[in-house]
Amino acid sequence: MIRQFTQSEFLFILASARWTLLLTLMSMLLGGLLGFLVALARTSRLAPLRTLAAGWIGVIQGVPVLMLLFLSYYGLALAGFDLPPLIAATVSMALYASGFLGEIWRGSIQAVPWQQWEASSALAFSRPQQYRYVILPQAVRIAIPPTVGFLVQLVKNTSIVSIIGVVELARAGNLVNNATFQPFKVFGTVAAIYFVICWPISLLARRLEGRLHARRAG
Amino acid sequence: MPVVQVEGVHKRFGAVEVLKGIDLAVEGGEVVAIIGRSGSGKSTLLRCINGLEQIQSGRIEVSGHSIDPSGRGLRELRKDVGIVFQSYNLFPHLRVGENIMLAPRIVLGVSKSEARSRAEETLAEVGLAERFDAWPDNLSGGQQQRVAIARSLAMRPKVMLFDEVTSALDPELTGEVLATMERLARHGMTMLLVTHEMGFARRVATTTVFMHQGKVWEMGPSERIFGAPETPELRQFLGGGLK
Ligand SMILES: Nc1ncnc2c1ncn2[C@@H]1O[C@H](COP(=O)(O)OP(=O)(O)OP(=O)(O)O)[C@@H](O)[C@H]1O
Ligand SMILES: [Mg+2]
Repeated sequence: MIRQFTQSEFLFILASARWTLLLTLMSMLLGGLLGFLVALARTSRLAPLRTLAAGWIGVIQGVPVLMLLFLSYYGLALAGFDLPPLIAATVSMALYASGFLGEIWRGSIQAVPWQQWEASSALAFSRPQQYRYVILPQAVRIAIPPTVGFLVQLVKNTSIVSIIGVVELARAGNLVNNATFQPFKVFGTVAAIYFVICWPISLLARRLEGRLHARRAG
Repeated sequence: MPVVQVEGVHKRFGAVEVLKGIDLAVEGGEVVAIIGRSGSGKSTLLRCINGLEQIQSGRIEVSGHSIDPSGRGLRELRKDVGIVFQSYNLFPHLRVGENIMLAPRIVLGVSKSEARSRAEETLAEVGLAERFDAWPDNLSGGQQQRVAIARSLAMRPKVMLFDEVTSALDPELTGEVLATMERLARHGMTMLLVTHEMGFARRVATTTVFMHQGKVWEMGPSERIFGAPETPELRQFLGGGLK
């Protein structure tokens, strides 16, 4: 029996977008937190911390997200942790985000001219004070465009978790298409929803960037 | 007791010894100019005095705080030592006033109103009272350099170090920064300055130090150093510099 692509199918797809959004939000928050620590460790004065962070970034960036996903879903299940798919999905996407955000933010911190470290040292700032008042405020400006670029990638890459059965946007489209055989309508709709999520993020980034520039030139 | 006391300081970068046993004392209110060829170790000496570079041996004492090769007590010492570089290094994300208030606020822990009055006072001292709310990017090089001086002064240092602070500036901007420094000297600030402005050193500095190959080669009252140099190296340096 072939169903039509009606309002109820559309609403089903639309509703599934909440999982895409939730997954993005959670992995950005958790991954961002971890990524921030990775960036700090990567720019630390302690060599072992730097090495550890570099290793982390290397591994995360060198492994397909799919493997992180399988490892956290099947691997942890074998180890006795039976994670619900959504949790496993969040964990793996957060790990993925931490590696990339850590590297982006390391670059942003190091893009602040070294003279800013020197000037603040000479004024007797402690290392945490240098980060808090001098380096990070400047690094944030540098970090905004690549961070938002990554966020947009993250939204789209959450589609990968459909593989372990999380019914997010892409998976919902797949299910509806299997029932209706109207791929243009169905995936056109899915694509449009992704676009509606990602476009405002890019716009916001441009606005923020403009504002920070205006403030400096003001 | 001198404000700055440097005794037998050796500094190496890798295998290269850049400071080869420096002895120097700066009394309160004294203005000491350091002159010498490029690479003679002038900047390195200033950077050692506020601990931006670690020394291998010897001792540096500034108003009772000492640095030894272990590098302990650095922050306490830096509160008493202001340093201004050739590049002004203002904090670009903060307005002029905030640039000056930051260190007194967070390092010395003074109140916001106290920090503000210090900023107003030091900005007036460098002749920029009306630029409190300006962004550093909107100032000329000379103005930025004067803000950098004000930022150091707001910490109420016991001594100010200046490392070729006018070298990046056009001649007309150089004049305004030198005038600022001259006024500081008149107001009794203890100063140690590396400069290529021989006329300024001769006129403003009480003592001039000629550094050569990592050593204090010749040192004395500025009039004597410039008027009657004793060593052939200094004579040659001054001859070359004045031609
Ligand atoms: N961080 C560093 N690492 C290695 N060598 C250095 C470093 N800083 C300075 N040097 C070397 O130490 C020597 C002295 O440098 P310094 O900057 O103190 O000279 P200077 O007298 O200030 O010269 P200039 O008039 O050109 O500023 C130079 O040979 C320089 O190459
Ligand atoms: Mg120098």
